[in-house]
Amino acid sequence: MTRTWQTAPAVGHPLTRIEGLDKVTGRARYAADIALPGLVYGAVVPATIARGRVRGLDVDAALAMPGVLAVLHQENAPRLTDIGEGTLFLFQSDRVAHHGAPVALVIADTPERAREAAEWLRVDYFEEPHDALFRPDHQGLYTPDHVNPHLPTVTDKGDVDAALAGAAVVVDREYRTPAQHNNAMEPHSGTAVWADGRLTLYDSTQNAYGMGQTLTKLFGFDPGTVHVVSEHVGGGFGNKGTARPDAVLAVMAATLVGRPVRVTLTRPQLFPLTGYRTPTAQRVRLGADADGRLVALEHRAAMQTSRLLEFVEQTATYSRAMYPADNLRTGHRVVALDVPTPRWMRAPGEAPGSFGLESAMDELAEACGVDPVELRLRNDTTHEPASGLPFSSRRLADCLREGARRFGWADRDPRPATRRDGRWWRGTGVAGAHYPARTAPTVAHATALRGGGYVVRVAAADIGTGARTALTQLAADALEVPVEQVRMLIGDSDFGRAQGAGGSMGTASWSWPVLTACHDLARRLASGEAVPPDGLTSTFDSTEAVGARRELARYAFGAHFAEVAVDVATGEVRVPRLTGVYAVGRVVNPLTARSQLIGAMTMGLSCALLEESMVDGRSGDFLNHNLADYHVATNADVRDLDVAFVDDPDDELNPAGVKGLGEIGIVGVPAAIANAMWHATGVRQRELPISPARAAL
Amino acid sequence: MREFAYTRARDVDGAVALVADNPGARYLGGGTNLVDLMKLGVERPELLVDVTGLPLDEVTEDDGGGLRVGAQVRNSDLAAHPLVRHRYPMLSEALLSGASGQLRNVATTGGNLMQRTRCGYFTDPSKPCNKRVPGSGCPAIEGQHHNLAILGASDHCVATHPSDLAVALAALDARVLVHDLVGPREVPLEDFYRPVGDRPDRELNMRDGALVTGIVLPPPVAGRSHYRKVRERASYAFAIGSVAAVLAVEAGRVSDVRIALGAVASHPWRARVAEQSVHGGPPSAAAFEAAAEAELGAARPLRDNAYKVPLMRNLIVAVLTELAGR
Repeated sequence: MTRTWQTAPAVGHPLTRIEGLDKVTGRARYAADIALPGLVYGAVVPATIARGRVRGLDVDAALAMPGVLAVLHQENAPRLTDIGEGTLFLFQSDRVAHHGAPVALVIADTPERAREAAEWLRVDYFEEPHDALFRPDHQGLYTPDHVNPHLPTVTDKGDVDAALAGAAVVVDREYRTPAQHNNAMEPHSGTAVWADGRLTLYDSTQNAYGMGQTLTKLFGFDPGTVHVVSEHVGGGFGNKGTARPDAVLAVMAATLVGRPVRVTLTRPQLFPLTGYRTPTAQRVRLGADADGRLVALEHRAAMQTSRLLEFVEQTATYSRAMYPADNLRTGHRVVALDVPTPRWMRAPGEAPGSFGLESAMDELAEACGVDPVELRLRNDTTHEPASGLPFSSRRLADCLREGARRFGWADRDPRPATRRDGRWWRGTGVAGAHYPARTAPTVAHATALRGGGYVVRVAAADIGTGARTALTQLAADALEVPVEQVRMLIGDSDFGRAQGAGGSMGTASWSWPVLTACHDLARRLASGEAVPPDGLTSTFDSTEAVGARRELARYAFGAHFAEVAVDVATGEVRVPRLTGVYAVGRVVNPLTARSQLIGAMTMGLSCALLEESMVDGRSGDFLNHNLADYHVATNADVRDLDVAFVDDPDDELNPAGVKGLGEIGIVGVPAAIANAMWHATGVRQRELPISPARAAL
Repeated sequence: MREFAYTRARDVDGAVALVADNPGARYLGGGTNLVDLMKLGVERPELLVDVTGLPLDEVTEDDGGGLRVGAQVRNSDLAAHPLVRHRYPMLSEALLSGASGQLRNVATTGGNLMQRTRCGYFTDPSKPCNKRVPGSGCPAIEGQHHNLAILGASDHCVATHPSDLAVALAALDARVLVHDLVGPREVPLEDFYRPVGDRPDRELNMRDGALVTGIVLPPPVAGRSHYRKVRERASYAFAIGSVAAVLAVEAGRVSDVRIALGAVASHPWRARVAEQSVHGGPPSAAAFEAAAEAELGAARPLRDNAYKVPLMRNLIVAVLTELAGR
């Protein structure tokens, strides 16, 4: 294959994906595609009750069915170590903690036979009363010790109540976001193979290294036993961020039957077993002077978690870093219900939290009679509001100004419900955005081959982001060679410790040791060091370097602009235009960066208008557990998407100068669209999704 | 999913003979709904009789100016057929608003009419559903029903019919060609589907094992026609409400009107009350509003689908107003 481009240095050039041809021709092998001799298949038997106990299973009947090899369940499953991860502590008791939880795994010679037997397997339950419905005034809401990932539950600065009482303008509103599911195209799939005392697991994961560590602890394996491989991953959005039940079940089953076993979750099984975004209920109180400068900001949020694991979405943390107020309070409460465990979904915290704050800021702009872009410019700052730490860089104002210019904001008539265009009301809206720019310890190895060329190894994951390509560009520049000479190997836990592809931390974390190891290797080669037969390798572990950084508030910033059209008769909402402008540090590959951001903006549009996991209170199940009923945006929903970057040189991040951009593109998009809805129709939309039922006038 | 036998039908009589005596047999057309239901365990046939090879894949003109459409004509072919586009443009609009290009390429005319509801309780065998398991109950009435029926439902079932095509056919007074052990017959589309009543599992007015072999479209009537579908996303979604209408105006009076509503009932809902209200009167927004209100007076919305009543009212008015103004 000839590449359309070739110049050095590589960084900053729109290199097409290195594995792109393999993917579009079907040559790329995803976890469930790996062919193995003797492979058999496991099918999950999901609980049909939301709470209770398994009294018995008709295992014999299942074993009598064609092709069935074994049934894995509480009585014959390997004993696990309780590592505080209830969603992985499978078949260790008779308890059922939520609808869809695995109660058995049927193993058969074909996927169809496994599934058929799983459907027929009769389970006798002792059912208990359950509560699977989230309510913002639920009696069980409590204040947790911390929120995801390990952030304080509450921050409190100044005297919010007094400042609100004395403020010239007050906005006090409640906002709701629904449960949403990360529906990647590729299903969760794990294939476990025992050979020569080692366990290899081919899995669809964002974090091969982390999964290996988790399984080692869970099963009590000797260190070095587990080898996780995830060469290609077809999307994840957070719900492949750590080990999921498919991996645990595959390992258990392969251990039980002594053959390679593959467990692939169906689309309906994704909904209860892999995580989702919790519903949120948020109350935002803003106090400002007459010019719209904030004097008080309070953001409180209520979420749900399961009885298996306390996961608390950090919804209100968005308000800790966005707009300054001398009096600033944020807090979280959570209620444990008989539901599946919510987990990370693209921009956990910031995605729902920005809907609350950026919507409230629009209401403040209306109340003060200040343009919403100008209001945000007036509330810019150099220090993180909650902590007081200086920002390493904050180019929110540049993003707002450049976005306003590109979008054509200047001539906007601020009055709502004044633009009628045939059947449509039209309006425009804006929202700010930020996302933390974090970096985590990672190990990488750079090897010069004796026959020429280089191999770089890091346990990164490319979940469709272009990470493999960006890392290749960075490595090539560090080695001062063309990208063709660098082979980037990723998705292998044997490469050593690595941050997963999550939290927008991937490239920021992986590039540090990749660059450092490559620089070191180039120096050694330049100094005349000989290349031994098995290559000359430099290894770097960034743990110390990451820990030695000074304490700063590091964030990417952005601004989103939206135009909406709302059908007068039906409430159908269309989004003809979205503009996103971002300050994300250095952009390694503008092509894949843009793809990341248009994908995230599309997901933001989808969350604004469509996505909602609907709970059936009676069964505790997500009823719309398929892609026909759980609506994600289609091509027809997505019109003009405009992505731009502003310069964001920031020497306080990492050697590559990157902030990460996987998530910021979703942050604030629903608020920009909801704000445009108000501008179009004069009606505030404080609850997502903005379906025709809600948008109807 | 269950293992099953598969055979290709050679002729209509043979196909009917195979299926009529075997409750475990199903006809296979495009399979876009049946195969999904098999994967979900809602349908568990022992035998699939593939009828796509039968000579039922043509659109022919009959003497009176109507059309006969074979049951195996693919949705995309029917939508693109010059005679359909010319004489029944509403039919093309309805077809093209359904599913996706890929699905329309395989989905058949007969199969489209035979679709089952997409109610989430029906499609999940772990849940009760009177349509799937008679007498097991209808959790949708108290549960998730935001896109279920507001008209003609019962205490036993509040499901909706998913087809767009059938709504247009209802407004066009189409007839369904059915073949059973007795032989062929024609059923008006309006009578093809049974009211829900207390047996929502019995959806069709035809004998077990009968095969839909085609539809008959009467000669087009005077007037303009339009199918408009409202859905939550811009493509590839079932309607939350749709209207198929034909309107003719002569000397300032409505001389002919046919209206059918989709996504509101267990079958395409012919809006006879609204038609009578509009017929003979002025084609004014006020008249259309009164007609819509009259039709929807029978609506019995549930907790979370009451939005459909004003939605359908507005949609009826919008479509009729547009047709009157063309």
